[in-house]
Amino acid sequence: MLSRVAENVYWMCRYIERAENIARVVAVTHNLQLDLPRGVTPGWKPLIDVTDAHAMYEARHKDYGERQVVRFLLGDPDSASSVRCCLRRARENCRTVRDILPREAWQYLTELQLYVDENLNSGLTRSGRYAFLDRIIRSCQMTVGLLGSVMTRDISYQFLRLGRNLERADMTTRFIDMSPSVRQSAKGPDLTSLETVQWVNVLWSLSAYHMYRRKLRSQVQREHVLWFLFKDDEFPRSFMHCLNAVEESLGTLENSSPCLLAVRNVVKDLEQVDVETLEARALDGLVDLLQRGLMDIHETVARMYFLPPAGT
Amino acid sequence: MSVDLQRYSTGSFFDEMFVRSDLSRPHAKELTRLLLSLGDDELAARQASADLAIKEMGITFSVYSEDEGTIDRAWPFDILPRIIPKAEWDRAEAGLKQRVRALNMFIDDIYHEQRIVAEGVFPPEVLAKSKNFRPQCVGVSPPSSVWAHICGSDLVRDRDGIIYLLEDNLRVPSGVSYMLENRLVTKRVFPELFDIYAPLPVDGYTAQLYDTLAQLSPRHTSRPEVVVLTPGMFNSAYFEHAYLAQEMGCQLVEGRDLFVDDDDCVYMRTVSGPQRVDVIYRRIDDDFLDPEVFRAESTLGVRGLMRAWKAGKVGLANAPGAGVADDKVVYAFVPDFIRFYLDEEPQIPNVLTYRCLFEKERNYVLANLDKLVVKPANESGGYGMLMGQTASSAERERFAALIRADPRNYIAQPTLGLSTVPTVVGRSVEPRHVDLRPFILSGRTVQVTMGGLTRVALRKGSLVVNSSQGGGSKDTWIVDTGDV
Repeated sequence: MLSRVAENVYWMCRYIERAENIARVVAVTHNLQLDLPRGVTPGWKPLIDVTDAHAMYEARHKDYGERQVVRFLLGDPDSASSVRCCLRRARENCRTVRDILPREAWQYLTELQLYVDENLNSGLTRSGRYAFLDRIIRSCQMTVGLLGSVMTRDISYQFLRLGRNLERADMTTRFIDMSPSVRQSAKGPDLTSLETVQWVNVLWSLSAYHMYRRKLRSQVQREHVLWFLFKDDEFPRSFMHCLNAVEESLGTLENSSPCLLAVRNVVKDLEQVDVETLEARALDGLVDLLQRGLMDIHETVARMYFLPPAGT
Repeated sequence: MSVDLQRYSTGSFFDEMFVRSDLSRPHAKELTRLLLSLGDDELAARQASADLAIKEMGITFSVYSEDEGTIDRAWPFDILPRIIPKAEWDRAEAGLKQRVRALNMFIDDIYHEQRIVAEGVFPPEVLAKSKNFRPQCVGVSPPSSVWAHICGSDLVRDRDGIIYLLEDNLRVPSGVSYMLENRLVTKRVFPELFDIYAPLPVDGYTAQLYDTLAQLSPRHTSRPEVVVLTPGMFNSAYFEHAYLAQEMGCQLVEGRDLFVDDDDCVYMRTVSGPQRVDVIYRRIDDDFLDPEVFRAESTLGVRGLMRAWKAGKVGLANAPGAGVADDKVVYAFVPDFIRFYLDEEPQIPNVLTYRCLFEKERNYVLANLDKLVVKPANESGGYGMLMGQTASSAERERFAALIRADPRNYIAQPTLGLSTVPTVVGRSVEPRHVDLRPFILSGRTVQVTMGGLTRVALRKGSLVVNSSQGGGSKDTWIVDTGDV
């Protein structure tokens, strides 16, 4: 398999996954604001924090109002944290690897891109937002489902899976990270019940709410949520599950020992921490550590399998 | 309402289906009957269903724009097939084979002894100013002495009904994927016509292409590694590059996927390490092929590729330098090549061509610019031409100056009255001008596609068939009508 093709498949999946997750977090925040007690306004800034896009955001918008944040996350043409841009890049990557993917993949991504371009303005309004985001989330899942159900489990599939799981693991840490900052930026009384609302929010963002309830059979509590999202090996969006999947994919490739080593380092970092009892600051530190670890895995994969950067 | 053919006006052009609006040619009788029985609603509905099929099948060509990046445009397609009787096609096919044999002998001669120049048949000054002559290719001997493995030659039918050869494309001719896809769409749209006409199949092409390419492998393995080299997704023919790679079961590669190692072999970068490449069907121009030899700033090509090719470590199709015969001035000499190398008379005539290089012909051209089409030696896609009949006098003056300054670079031809065929326009059928591009494969044997790609000028009265300028295409049917 060509290195360039492996790289394109990998990024295509990362971008589809990212687009879906951004759409999801916007939808959940949108719902959250309807649940908050009168007088409490949800901050929209945490959504920009999640995507680490402050510099680009602030170059375009003066403040973190709902309208601006939503416009940036859904429609910005150039930010790697906007749904529109992620979908465009997913399609551009798909275009060059069409020959190894089922024909419908290209068709689905094309249709979705057209839909987003044509309906963006409606997605920016409060009343049109739900339908717009719902369509995006469904189409992303349909594409991922298609790939999973018809692709031969050859090398290209392993790169697809690598991209998907690395992006997922990354997004899960970002959503966890969002919760405390939501607390800081919300203004108003009654913060204890608010905290629960916000953890529910995180679970919903990852489509994890019902799975959490089934597994833990308890009210939403911070320590259980942290365990569930970091360490539960059975929930497919938990960090540990994603890393196990990454390890499994790498295990099928030649010359993967440096990559496997990078994965095991991250797993070890997580295993050594008792996540349930982490205080806010320590949680921040853990998230940073894990994100650096994911970056290291990505860089090792790129070095071992992708095209060397031009000029080397 | 039934489709109104009474108003179908063939004008002064040769129409391939109708002699008059109430008299169809013998091979068009059944198509006419079907049209009359369909009704205009049904006709429009079938065109719409074909348009949809093309969208769904993702048959596109790319247009690059500064604002929007790459845009895929659906391939414009007209549902009415163009029918050519087999007996007539057989003659054209024989003429194409003859022509491509002579062209390959010419290219091989030019890069070796240049016998044709020494014997005074081909003027040395034409060669001296040829933009596509590559001194780096002198002395190279590709397998079977074939340089142009894939050739796309454009055929046109003038007012007299005779088929002429308009130009040969020997560098990176495109369009064959659309020929193949057009057939699939027509099968969806007009299944009933297939029963009646039984058009000869076109789908053997990709297998023949693979075999032709595989013959170029320097290694004798049962399945040599053949790849298609594309400039990338911004190229207007990217759809075709991906299509051909997929149909042949080959890798579609870009320049950065390949490298030439110290052993002069070409390798592709794969996730399992370097893997040797035997044959490259390159769809990028000579100029961009190898920064070591041609344009140094090219990022599309592969450094060292010419070295590998000259060392016989990799097959390249078409061979670098083949474009020397793909020059509108050289074109004018091809009938002489056929006589010189094959000792035969050309079976398909050239379009009457005035060579500005020769004083007498130049003077005629300068005196008759308002009647002629002037073409520079090395432009394609219909660019850089003067359409004398419709040009302003200032435009004609400008071309006169250009011709005087560089006579070798220009030829002129009478304005052709391209033949017409019925084409769906809204709910009706009108005549539109067409040409035909067959593809000729040369290896140990020479093979021609069954028919080719019919390009149609969709704008009323237009003679320009290029897809970049409002052209579309039609399925082309070679039909055995029993006559000779």
